[in-house]
Amino acid sequence: MAANRFNGFTDLGIGIGLRAPHYHHILTRKPVVDWFEIISENFMIDGGRPLQILDQILEQYKVVQHGVSMYFGSAEKLNREHLRRLKELVKRTKTPWLSDHLCWGSVDGRYTHDLLPMPYTFEAAKITAQKVREVQDFLEIPIAVENVSSYAEYHDSEMAEWEFLNEVVERADCGILLDVNNIYVSSQNHNFNPFDYVNSVPAHRVAQIHIAGHSKYRKYILDTHDHPVIDPVWKLYERAVQRAGHTATLLEWDDSIPSFQEVHDEALKANKFLSATVLAETA
Amino acid sequence: MKLMHLQRTMARAVMQPLTSSERMQRRAPDGSPMKRYASRFIKPNDRLTSFERLEIYNRQYWFRVLSALGEDFSGLRAVLGQRRFDEMSKAYLIANPSRSFTMRNLGSKMELWLRKNPKWAGKNQALALDIVRLEWAEVEAFDGKTEAALQAEDIASAAGAAGGKWKLKLQPYVRLLSFSYPVDDLLLEVRKEDADTDFASNTFTERRKRKRVRAMAKLKPAQIFLAVHRIDNSVYFRRLEREDFSILTGLQQGKTIGAAVESAMRKNALPSEEWPGKVQTCFQTWAALGWFCRPQKKSAAG
Repeated sequence: MAANRFNGFTDLGIGIGLRAPHYHHILTRKPVVDWFEIISENFMIDGGRPLQILDQILEQYKVVQHGVSMYFGSAEKLNREHLRRLKELVKRTKTPWLSDHLCWGSVDGRYTHDLLPMPYTFEAAKITAQKVREVQDFLEIPIAVENVSSYAEYHDSEMAEWEFLNEVVERADCGILLDVNNIYVSSQNHNFNPFDYVNSVPAHRVAQIHIAGHSKYRKYILDTHDHPVIDPVWKLYERAVQRAGHTATLLEWDDSIPSFQEVHDEALKANKFLSATVLAETA
Repeated sequence: MKLMHLQRTMARAVMQPLTSSERMQRRAPDGSPMKRYASRFIKPNDRLTSFERLEIYNRQYWFRVLSALGEDFSGLRAVLGQRRFDEMSKAYLIANPSRSFTMRNLGSKMELWLRKNPKWAGKNQALALDIVRLEWAEVEAFDGKTEAALQAEDIASAAGAAGGKWKLKLQPYVRLLSFSYPVDDLLLEVRKEDADTDFASNTFTERRKRKRVRAMAKLKPAQIFLAVHRIDNSVYFRRLEREDFSILTGLQQGKTIGAAVESAMRKNALPSEEWPGKVQTCFQTWAALGWFCRPQKKSAAG
């Protein structure tokens, strides 16, 4: 089930985010890692060290691109320069699919560089899906949209977040990058049952899963990617792979980044749950 | 509320500057109370008001963009001092919100903006402009394009055959700059101090800051010429002689080798008998640094 048309019929296993503090370790020790996820924007440049490192990584490892500023949900038109540079990078990495967030972040050409939450309306779903289709057509690879962590909800919303996600992916006919940590964070911030979310996602569209840590404050939780994955998030992950099968999984760790080994060991904890899906499928 | 309207409403609040205590302002961009503004489109929950929920995004925005700008302009921060730099950064970002999908371009208008707003640097305006130009050149050199480099022997044979009418192109990542202050030394010193400060106590840091302020005040003007370039994809500053700078600038402007050298000879007082040896040595060095590449051929249509 997990190798599907939304992830280019691949079954990549467990990966981690490629981050600068680990470059030296990866290039000198060449650890065994199923795959790396890169932040596309860090490599949408003309030359220099980032591209040199990327080329060296590409010689040894599978790489999947993940973006942070496509802003499928922004009401304004897509940025053509962004798309042109992204396509160049797609040719370089040969990424089997490409993901970005189900959010907005720019308006009237001004960028907030944040992942701002969508109003869950039919109008927004229609506009967002149209843009996902445009990007998919232009890049000629499968697109997966990722649910974001959010700290605010709008009066305008006409449906639950997972219903909005389903509405967008059905209209766009695209994949889902299911971030179970983001589901957990939003569930705590907005008082919903995170299992309702995971159980409502169309499992056949799940191209990839994100896991991560977060920070708890007195009145809300912030998605900081600077801690290990907590047990409630692993439970959501377990449920997600029960439904979606043996899915490409990636641990995000972006701040207070520990050693490569520590990050990789944390990611590999997902094996316990993925193995169970294999046993269930073969039983 | 239509999607575009909602996004404009929220973005205006998110991008509105924070108060001096880094909280969201009590007044909205339209002058109404921010509590009322936020509650128009954001739901409260059992723990947070609409205002508090919007404030999370407002603070995240400013922390993110200020941090990015601070990373790119640590030299300017040293010249202005932390507090003034923070205030200036806010003013800069209000006037120049990001218009790019990447934060890499956040500081692209800093030189122009600072030139038009001299109050921020005051009597240190010339020094501040110099250091901004150097820091932005570093950003551009870091990820500029590399083209196939020409070797010294390729240049010698091609230039010889063309009788000096051959054109050479500099690598796109090479930046040539002239300064009124020795800002290369200053920036390297600032970076060294910043790295050391990571391990220093508060008292030690304060002493360092005072030392730095004194060092800035004592810095004497001195014209220097620099190439900001890369070796093995690391960015370096290379001091150039005035004549070298003239030749390289000429080449960058599209002059033939002969014209660039002649122009440099006219502008500089070096004895004429010293030029052939100097030119040969310079071109060998620059070729060894990989600075030259073949100019793009013009199409038949011109």
